[in-house]
Amino acid sequence: MKINIKSPISVSVAMIAGGIVLLGYFFPMDSIPALNALYNAITTTAMLLAAVALLLGIFNLLSVHLGKVSEASNTAVYSLFLVGALLTTFGATLYYKPDGFFPSWLFEYVQIPIETSLMAVLTVSLISASMRVLNQRITIFSMLFLFSATGALLSIGPVFGFNLPIIGKLLDPVASGGARGILLGVALGTIATGLRILMGSDRPYGE
Amino acid sequence: MNLLGLVFVLLFAGLMAGFSFLHRKRTMPNLREIPSFSRLRNAIDLAVEDGSRLHLSLGHADITGAQSAAGLVGLSMLRRISLVAADSDQPPVVTAGDGTLALLAQDTLRNAHITLGSLSDYSNTMGRVAGVTPFSYAAGTISLIRDEGVSANLLIGSFGHEIALITTAGERSQVLSLAGTDTLTAQAVAYATAHEQLIGEELFAGGAYVGAGPMHTASLHAQDVIRWLLITAILLSALVQLVNSF
Repeated sequence: MKINIKSPISVSVAMIAGGIVLLGYFFPMDSIPALNALYNAITTTAMLLAAVALLLGIFNLLSVHLGKVSEASNTAVYSLFLVGALLTTFGATLYYKPDGFFPSWLFEYVQIPIETSLMAVLTVSLISASMRVLNQRITIFSMLFLFSATGALLSIGPVFGFNLPIIGKLLDPVASGGARGILLGVALGTIATGLRILMGSDRPYGE
Repeated sequence: MNLLGLVFVLLFAGLMAGFSFLHRKRTMPNLREIPSFSRLRNAIDLAVEDGSRLHLSLGHADITGAQSAAGLVGLSMLRRISLVAADSDQPPVVTAGDGTLALLAQDTLRNAHITLGSLSDYSNTMGRVAGVTPFSYAAGTISLIRDEGVSANLLIGSFGHEIALITTAGERSQVLSLAGTDTLTAQAVAYATAHEQLIGEELFAGGAYVGAGPMHTASLHAQDVIRWLLITAILLSALVQLVNSF
């Protein structure tokens, strides 16, 4: 008979660590020094592990693109460029420290402009998508969606020099009420997801 | 001491345990029809049949942050999807914008291959980090959708407005995009750009709809009870304020 001893240990660690962190939200931890020390140890370890996982993730990204380069696929040039940029940035940040001149220059004059240009592409994508909604899916909900979006746009700034605050006053209660309803559902779903992990029924950390 | 919060959490956990016990013998859970999940089931079946690839995007939330729950739901769905699709010609590929999520996705896919007895087909590149900032993540995901024979995009996790770049890439490649996220901005963007959307708590119902376990169904019933309690409390407090204003 094969006994999986990994599962009960990982479930116990998740439940105990999660339980202690959850207690920290309800009780003042400062009054119980031993529990406070445990709470700090758990949260610090979690942050350290997340940082190590990020580093592993970057190595994973590197290995995927090195694989594409070695296979000489159609997109190998892009992958080669990515590998070069990644190694240059990584090396420069290690050598000059994160707040050094060269890493700051890369961030300010390479990364920010690229991300800004993606933001510009995003704007065009959204305008094209809103047109597609009208063309492809004319339902009561899509009409309501476009009506709300148009109303919100008209209420945030002057239109041909005229402010139209009345639109905002009419739409705000409906829009904020709907948004709160959606957020309430998201919050309940988030709590349920956390509780399933604390109860050991969901195990995203493996079997 | 936040006693009310503790009571709320204990009540929620008690309801979940209670519903799980009550429905332990029910094989078919009684759930309302959500069209997005029907299309998801069809997309999985189609991907297995025609040997194309499913892509699951887990978003870029940090696992230690408050928005990690959406990514964890994505992992629950991945577990079920990978058990169905892992032994197809093109097993599913998962992208994440966070190292921990990518590692958990790799672990989930590896376990699915072990269960199916096809560990030799597993590769760590099936679960990958596509980028570590929202836009670099979107850029990395777009190239995957375009170049790796993806037939359906499932975006289940925490996203911002950059989700539009991913869904638009799906539209251009003529593949199905199903998006469920926890942020209001991304939900609004996904409504306009994705073929199917999961609004609000529908995202968190994903596990129950793909058959991830009885506790997922029990937690849906618990959410319904708590929701009605909250609605009653909100209406009562509004009524009290109205009466007091006279």
